[in-house]
Amino acid sequence: MEYFLIIISAIFVNNIVLAQFLGICPFLGVSNKLSTATGMSGAVCFVITLATLVTYLVNKFLLVPLHIEFLQTIAFILVIAALVQMVEIVLKKTSPSLYSALGIFLPLITTNCAVLGVALNVVTKQFTFGGEAHFLNLGESLVYALATSLGYGLAMVIFAGIREHLSLSEVPKAFKGVPIALVTVGILAMAFMGFSGMVK
Amino acid sequence: MSSKARLILDGFVKNNPTFVLLLGMCPTLATTTSAVNGLSMGLATLFVLVLSNMAISAIAPVVPDKVHIPVYIVVIATFVTLLQLLMQAYTPAVYETLGLFIPLIVVNCIVLGRAEAFASRNGVIASAADGIGVGLGFTLALTVLGAVREILGSGSIFGWKFISGDGMLAFVMAPGAFICLGYLMVLFNKYLKKE
Repeated sequence: MEYFLIIISAIFVNNIVLAQFLGICPFLGVSNKLSTATGMSGAVCFVITLATLVTYLVNKFLLVPLHIEFLQTIAFILVIAALVQMVEIVLKKTSPSLYSALGIFLPLITTNCAVLGVALNVVTKQFTFGGEAHFLNLGESLVYALATSLGYGLAMVIFAGIREHLSLSEVPKAFKGVPIALVTVGILAMAFMGFSGMVK
Repeated sequence: MSSKARLILDGFVKNNPTFVLLLGMCPTLATTTSAVNGLSMGLATLFVLVLSNMAISAIAPVVPDKVHIPVYIVVIATFVTLLQLLMQAYTPAVYETLGLFIPLIVVNCIVLGRAEAFASRNGVIASAADGIGVGLGFTLALTVLGAVREILGSGSIFGWKFISGDGMLAFVMAPGAFICLGYLMVLFNKYLKKE
């Protein structure tokens, strides 16, 4: 039951883009076409889940025992950068088709604040999913990371669909490009606000 | 006008990080629920930007080209950690409000962007001026956005309330952030940006 609540909360209620404002740059940058949007979502999904697993373990077995939690920011960004590089190398060798689909997005992901944001959230924030406030354990962290990145994909795909239509419509000159996109995201965020209150 | 003053001024209008370069969108949208919050986020970023710009311009000549990005990220992360510790000690309330977005300055594209585009090729003083200009441009944009959202959303400005009761709450919440920024960009495009 709790896993179910985590999933609903992370995808709809606290959507990472529309409610938490993480990962906006790639969200606006690559959502012009549906195909690139799905590619980026896939890559983000993969990296967020993997990065959360690794940073959770680094935090629990390295930083906490040594009492150097204040180094979390530095340690995590290094882990994420190294991880992305490694994923790129492994994918290139083992699965060229997947690499050609996700490859160009991977270098961009290091500076996607969604990855570092989720990793830091998991180890520093206490969550209440129906029960008492507590830090997430490893299983919950992974479910949370996966669900959050699915929420990212959902927002991205919906927005790319809207944007493809938007590019065909007449827009006043000053609104062209990003401004009209931002106003559209605002309305989308308003629609997602309808989910708030479903899960505390 | 001297070149240093020119650099600072460029950061305000021509290279305004928020309205022109569209960098650092996440903190821009997330922390501008009021003018004061926007201002503090802007100043925090300014701090990291100036120090990391200076440090990077000083070490750039000796950093091997192949590893320059990781080195820059570590430098930036160091200053962010410094800022986190300082804020926890002296302004714990502000640190609590801005929350996750203080450590996330590490992945703010403005900081790495200026390091890569400017600081790695220019002297320490010029890089500091560039950092101040871009940082102030960012601070200004955040404060303006925060003020607009605060006026519409809670009927107050810098905490001073001028209506009784609530404002339009949606502007303090997520949708208002996107919509206000969109409209501010339209105004900026129309009146300030010269081709």
